[in-house]
Amino acid sequence: MTPLLQITNLRASIDDREILKGIDLTVNPGEVHAIMGPNGSGKSTLASVLAGREDYTVTGGSVLFQGKELLELSPEERSREGLFLAFQYPVEIPGVSTANFVKTAVNEVRKHRGEEPLEPAAFLALMRERMALVEMDPSFLQRSLNEGFSGGEKKRNEIFQMAMLDPVVAVLDETDSGLDIDALRIVASGVNALRRPNNATVVITHYQRLLDHIVPDFVHVLWNGRIVRSGDKSLALELEQRGYDWLKQEASVEA
Amino acid sequence: MDQQTVLDEVVSSEYKYGFTSNIEQELLPKGLNHDVIRFISAKKNEPEWMLEWRLKAYEQWLTMKEPTWPNVDYPPVDFQDIIYWAAPKKKPELNSLDEVDPEILATFEKLGIPLEEQKVLAGVAVDVVLDSVSVKTTFQEKLAELGIIFCPISEALETHPELVRKYIGTVVPTNDNFYSALNSAVFSDGSFVYIPKGVRCPIELSTYFRINARNTGQFERTLIIADEGSYVSYLEGCTAPQRDENQLHAAVVELIAHDRAEIKYSTVQNWFPGDKDGKGGIYNFVTKRGICAGVDSKISWTQVETGSAITWKYPSVILKGDNSIGEFYSVAVTNNKQQADTGTKMIHIGRNTRSRIVSKGISAGVSQNSYRGLVKVLPVAQGARNFSQCDSLLIGDACGAHTFPYLEVANSSAIVEHEATTSKIGEDMLFYCNQRGIDTEAAVALIVNGYAREVLNQLPMEFAVEAQKLLAISLEGSVG
Repeated sequence: MTPLLQITNLRASIDDREILKGIDLTVNPGEVHAIMGPNGSGKSTLASVLAGREDYTVTGGSVLFQGKELLELSPEERSREGLFLAFQYPVEIPGVSTANFVKTAVNEVRKHRGEEPLEPAAFLALMRERMALVEMDPSFLQRSLNEGFSGGEKKRNEIFQMAMLDPVVAVLDETDSGLDIDALRIVASGVNALRRPNNATVVITHYQRLLDHIVPDFVHVLWNGRIVRSGDKSLALELEQRGYDWLKQEASVEA
Repeated sequence: MDQQTVLDEVVSSEYKYGFTSNIEQELLPKGLNHDVIRFISAKKNEPEWMLEWRLKAYEQWLTMKEPTWPNVDYPPVDFQDIIYWAAPKKKPELNSLDEVDPEILATFEKLGIPLEEQKVLAGVAVDVVLDSVSVKTTFQEKLAELGIIFCPISEALETHPELVRKYIGTVVPTNDNFYSALNSAVFSDGSFVYIPKGVRCPIELSTYFRINARNTGQFERTLIIADEGSYVSYLEGCTAPQRDENQLHAAVVELIAHDRAEIKYSTVQNWFPGDKDGKGGIYNFVTKRGICAGVDSKISWTQVETGSAITWKYPSVILKGDNSIGEFYSVAVTNNKQQADTGTKMIHIGRNTRSRIVSKGISAGVSQNSYRGLVKVLPVAQGARNFSQCDSLLIGDACGAHTFPYLEVANSSAIVEHEATTSKIGEDMLFYCNQRGIDTEAAVALIVNGYAREVLNQLPMEFAVEAQKLLAISLEGSVG
């Protein structure tokens, strides 16, 4: 079985400062991985590097996406191949309706797959169906993308887009930040509804509470640019109780 | 592809409509004098008063100086190095498109605006001005049934001279400015529209202009009169072939709206902007002005300006009638070395007059984009209101955006609001689009069209689609 995502000794820096110092991670079909860690450990950097943000320079290692070298692809190609990033801070695009934006995105992906653009009526029906997954009102379709949306609405819009693009691997970057408990539940149930045996989810989070709703198969702790500990979901609970300091100390001793 | 690469491509994108039609033409030698004006007037079988009017304008022009206040920079124009008359040698009398010179049809094919399709699909009557002589007028008969006159102004001078004489020069006097004087002296052709009392023009009236003769200045003259209680929507769109020499375009458009009449005037302007080094390109020095002469009348200007090397253009409204409304919606794109100084004037005279200005400037490359607008409220204009919104969008960091708003308010009951923003297309926005599978080029088009939405929404549907494509083409290496 080919892993969906195979990260080997990935190193990346920004402004000559190394943030990722050799990440190894294998994600197989059907799996949910949680990446946890204290602030500044490199969690969001990992998400950005996977998605291809140019602020970061990859200085070593490789990332195979369904067996194909991801790092050689442009950000849009990565997306079209099936990598989705739910942003921690989704941008607002004034004057571009959510419907128009999502339609443009979906049709780019369809074009990449050699498929015809969807008929407008079928498209609208699909959008309404997928919006229901995250309990979004269809009136959002006509509003400018994320403009004037609350924090929770923006995050639900991210998961709605994920549902529309139907990615192979979805990376959720701190999707729980700024969410109240109801929004958290809605977002999580949307993500769970999209789980299938042939896709995978990487959940980046600071807190354990999201993992009550999106139950991970594996939990990894990122600290100082490395994965210092991996385990099952019980690791997340342990972190909740003990914090990160004990891991930092262990890691320092090992280093 | 990083942002710089895309920007470089954007900056190096060449004008896509650069080609020259090979139609036989009749040219006058370069230069301007009394005889040239007499020649033009005679060619068009004009009445004597028209010739006198032209000659008077010429005398005025001789005493005037080119304006130097716009925020643009270009080498001096040699007005004696311009050909003031060019017409296709054969002036065909046509009843159907089949009779149109195949070269002309091919030209429109290249422009992507096949006449036949336009007519059938869009229900648009097209009065095509190819260089200086109108070649084709359609839907005349249907419009005539309603009493609507829509024809070349040269034809109107023959068939309805009293109407032309009554209105021409009443909104833009011959000596209004240097270029209006020049236009008045040498105008070649243009459109004339008259909508009778109470008639709502059932179709969008449209003219496609096209500069087609080497070294030929284009001096269009358009006059639109909406009589009491009537309505008309007029569309003007233009593209021009690639050239090495600069070409002067000095049009005058006058609109007159009587009591309760409404005129909607939409422009998509895509004259050749010059190459990426700023060579060639059209000088677009245009005077457009409307008067809301009657009570409860309305004039609305919408423009999408993407072309021309230099743009100098301020479609304005004189709000004379009580309760009249003036609107100006503008998207002006400058790329490479283009320079635009454009905006509007809203002159409030009547009571309870209202005006609205929405200007969206988009600058890329090393271009300079200026908004210049005047809101003037006269002492008698009790209860006048104005709202102005002037936004600038910058693409890259080598271009310039400037705003010159002028307010002259002489009535204390007036309410005048002005909002302005300047923004850049941020890397965050582009990366977000990229992450959704949208490449940077398409993302810029999407963002720019979103930014210009409020203005594009003012355009008739088929024109809006064209304008969206044009924005994309103007800013990118390719469409979609």
